[in-house]
Amino acid sequence: MPAPPSLLEQAAPRSAVRRPELRTNLLTAFVILTNVLGNFSLSWGMKHHAMHLGASPLPYIEVIFSPWVLLGTTLLIFWLLSRMTLLGWADLSYVLPVTSVGYVLTAILGRYFFNEQISWQRWTGTMLIVIGISLVGLTLPNTTGRGRGQLR
Amino acid sequence: MKWAMVWTVVACTAIADLLQSYEMKRAAVAAEDLRPGRWGSVLAGIVQRVPLVAAIFFMAISFFAFLKLLTLADLSFAVPVTAASVVAETILARLILRENVTVLRWAGVFFVASGVVLLAA
Repeated sequence: MPAPPSLLEQAAPRSAVRRPELRTNLLTAFVILTNVLGNFSLSWGMKHHAMHLGASPLPYIEVIFSPWVLLGTTLLIFWLLSRMTLLGWADLSYVLPVTSVGYVLTAILGRYFFNEQISWQRWTGTMLIVIGISLVGLTLPNTTGRGRGQLR
Repeated sequence: MKWAMVWTVVACTAIADLLQSYEMKRAAVAAEDLRPGRWGSVLAGIVQRVPLVAAIFFMAISFFAFLKLLTLADLSFAVPVTAASVVAETILARLILRENVTVLRWAGVFFVASGVVLLAA
């Protein structure tokens, strides 16, 4: 006797149930893209905003409304919401490794756009982080069986 | 000061991710809710959940600490070094979320920790 459909299968379109990997991969790509571009915009804005940030909140507010920081903040809000959704679909210890490619992309952007000097230790460290997080990604995506409910 | 900001980012990120993972597993966002017309209802659902609001609070602290860190260090240092949160989050995911952390997963955590040490060298 076939098992009754889960809540996810009842709520989602049939094509989405058939291709959960595609859905998860697309969302993962979006999470990575918004994170990398958001961090890049933030850094660009902070580097071009000659100001010393202290304990007072006013300088922080002024920085937030500068164009590049505003763009970076907007992208990181999209990153936050999309990652939150992804965390509902997969383990925390799965989401962390698959989004790790962002570290490498960020280092490359820093090297080519900000002309940052990246020593061999930093490159090695970055690669070790990616290898480590990728190893974690080889394990089962969901080990708890949770994540079937629907946000309503 | 630089390392104080690093640890603030790491601690707050770990707490925020644990809260999000716990709450979003309990009630996930459906695929069709990702359409632009439904973003409002999804946001309304999120702000009514205390663990998610608490997670956003900790992420805000992490965000401002990260802004400060960017003024103190290179982007290529600031972003990868905050990967130390992976170590803290794996331990907490095992203890609190009861995720099955295998030998392979611990090996990955070791590589990440080694990478963070190299970044600090």
